[in-house]
Amino acid sequence: MDKPNKFAGKFEFLEHTADAYIAAYGATMEEALGNAARAMFEVMTDTQKVNPAHREAVEVEAEDEYALLYSWLEALLVKFEVEGMLFSKFEVHSFKETKEGFKLKATVWGEKFNPGKHPQKVGVKAATYHQMEIIREADKATLMFILDI
Amino acid sequence: MGEDAGRAPTLRVPLEKIDDYSWRIPRFRPGMQVPGLIFANEALIEKMKTDRTMEQCANVAHLPGIYKNAITLPDGHEGYGFPIGGVAATDYDAGVISPGGVGYDINCGVRLLTTNLTEKDVRPKLAQLAESIFTNVPSGLGSRRKDFTISKSDQDRVVVEGVNWLIEKGMGWAQDAEHCEEQGCMKNANPDKVSPTAKNRGVTQLGTLGSGNHFLEIQKVDKILNPETAKTFGIEAEGQVMVMIHCGSRGYGHQVCSDYLRVMEHAVQKYKISLPDRELACAPGGSSEARDYYQAMACAVNYAFCNRQAITHWVRQSFQQVYNQDPEKFGLKLVYDVAHNIAKVETHNVEGGKKKVWVHRKGATRAFPPGHVEVPQDYRSKGQPVLIPGSMGTSSWVLVGTEKAMDLSFGSTAHGAGRMMSRSAAKRKYWGGDIKAGLEKRGIVVRAASSMILAEEADPAYKNVDVVADVSDKVGIATKVARLVPLAVVKG
Repeated sequence: MDKPNKFAGKFEFLEHTADAYIAAYGATMEEALGNAARAMFEVMTDTQKVNPAHREAVEVEAEDEYALLYSWLEALLVKFEVEGMLFSKFEVHSFKETKEGFKLKATVWGEKFNPGKHPQKVGVKAATYHQMEIIREADKATLMFILDI
Repeated sequence: MGEDAGRAPTLRVPLEKIDDYSWRIPRFRPGMQVPGLIFANEALIEKMKTDRTMEQCANVAHLPGIYKNAITLPDGHEGYGFPIGGVAATDYDAGVISPGGVGYDINCGVRLLTTNLTEKDVRPKLAQLAESIFTNVPSGLGSRRKDFTISKSDQDRVVVEGVNWLIEKGMGWAQDAEHCEEQGCMKNANPDKVSPTAKNRGVTQLGTLGSGNHFLEIQKVDKILNPETAKTFGIEAEGQVMVMIHCGSRGYGHQVCSDYLRVMEHAVQKYKISLPDRELACAPGGSSEARDYYQAMACAVNYAFCNRQAITHWVRQSFQQVYNQDPEKFGLKLVYDVAHNIAKVETHNVEGGKKKVWVHRKGATRAFPPGHVEVPQDYRSKGQPVLIPGSMGTSSWVLVGTEKAMDLSFGSTAHGAGRMMSRSAAKRKYWGGDIKAGLEKRGIVVRAASSMILAEEADPAYKNVDVVADVSDKVGIATKVARLVPLAVVKG
């Protein structure tokens, strides 16, 4: 049912007893953040069935990189819960250090959740800081985090 | 089973065996204020050794003002900062309160309804009943009832007034409130301390089951072990049909936790609290941060009571629709509604005197003894009902609180089965369709929004709840009353 290679190089689900443990990858932080968001929606549904018809701009600020990853995922989760939006395409344009911390600007694409069209997987309760790791290398960024489900 | 384990422990935690069911983690690090105390048999202890449960128990023992022991219950497993299946009581003034000691799903809990029907009575209509409940109770991703909406100002009243708000709207019976922990309305709830985001998440989700391990089951009484207490709780005979509802405070509670984890991160720096793990973030009992969290948490607690109340109403409606008779005719009385994730201000005997404490129960059930003023009047001679749900397709338990729980675990016991296997491992090993067929072969009707959830929630992925109930009974922190088994399962 699950084809683990479908998102090879973008993200993968790691072993965890209770929750969803995700590693998201990218050549840049921006790309890795986009893949992290895609992984979260893949926990909830089959994102290949989510038509990127509707476009939204998202901005997030936080005091450090960890909090930024957390807030980015939370902002999108809230969009699902409050507006019923599922997203399947993410472009993080900028990821910058500011005086107060870090700031992210992104465009996201998706459509309204339709139970007849979008397979239901598991609802995500929250992003967490548990075992969160951000590994930045010269040509690669890896984000590891757990979603409470 | 290596692949099924959580992350390997990073720290060797010394363990002393007290007796067959109790273990002590001595104060092996200088910051530990108290020892750790674990209630488990050998097999459960071995399982705990494969993840960071014990390390987290030792971490909790560092909390400022913690009394007696950091307690891990038989269903304990690795959580965020605090293990899930644990209790920590801290001094009301000199201690701290920590949102991580409650968890994301504030007042995730269980309620149990009795009926006066037997398995034989419901069997012919069982599939129809399950279908009706599945239709009436929104379950699964993003599901909601179109005919039940509340405004944000309604929601603010719901979280202050608790289940009485719904009872006044005709979505409950007067006696329902009496049979809830906190009478279905925790005091000190203040919606001004809840963020707009939490309110936005909550307003569309009241009266929804959610997904994951949450469920609704039609059950039958399989075995009565304490007939006198069972009778007091309305459990009269083996074969009697019951309904169990397991869910929490949905996005409202999750967001309250998330918001206050951030507040507490700052509080840790502001009050210079030294902690072994960032996820234990907390604030001193007397601080404004502690007060704000407690008032917001109480809102989420009441939200969850009301969530289960609305679902109860639709379960009663389902019986009415299927049998075309008044639900009162089938009993459908509330036995009890109990929280599994909560922080409370309580008075306990500590160091020879009475102390006001913050009791954190994360994946733990309150288990108050006979005679306690918080136990409903009609149960007071026996003690508080303790409800421990099993995993999908297995048994669930009704236990009763004891004086020993007051001595050993701040009036608390276990809350469930606890996972053994990761979701991805369960999915690789099982297929939703097979799980459903297996349950149906045993005569259990299944209605689920997602077949993937069925595989993830497959029974072998969990610890055996019978063993968890057994350890609680043997230690004496809540003793067995009755075992329930499912007839029909409704899942998100």
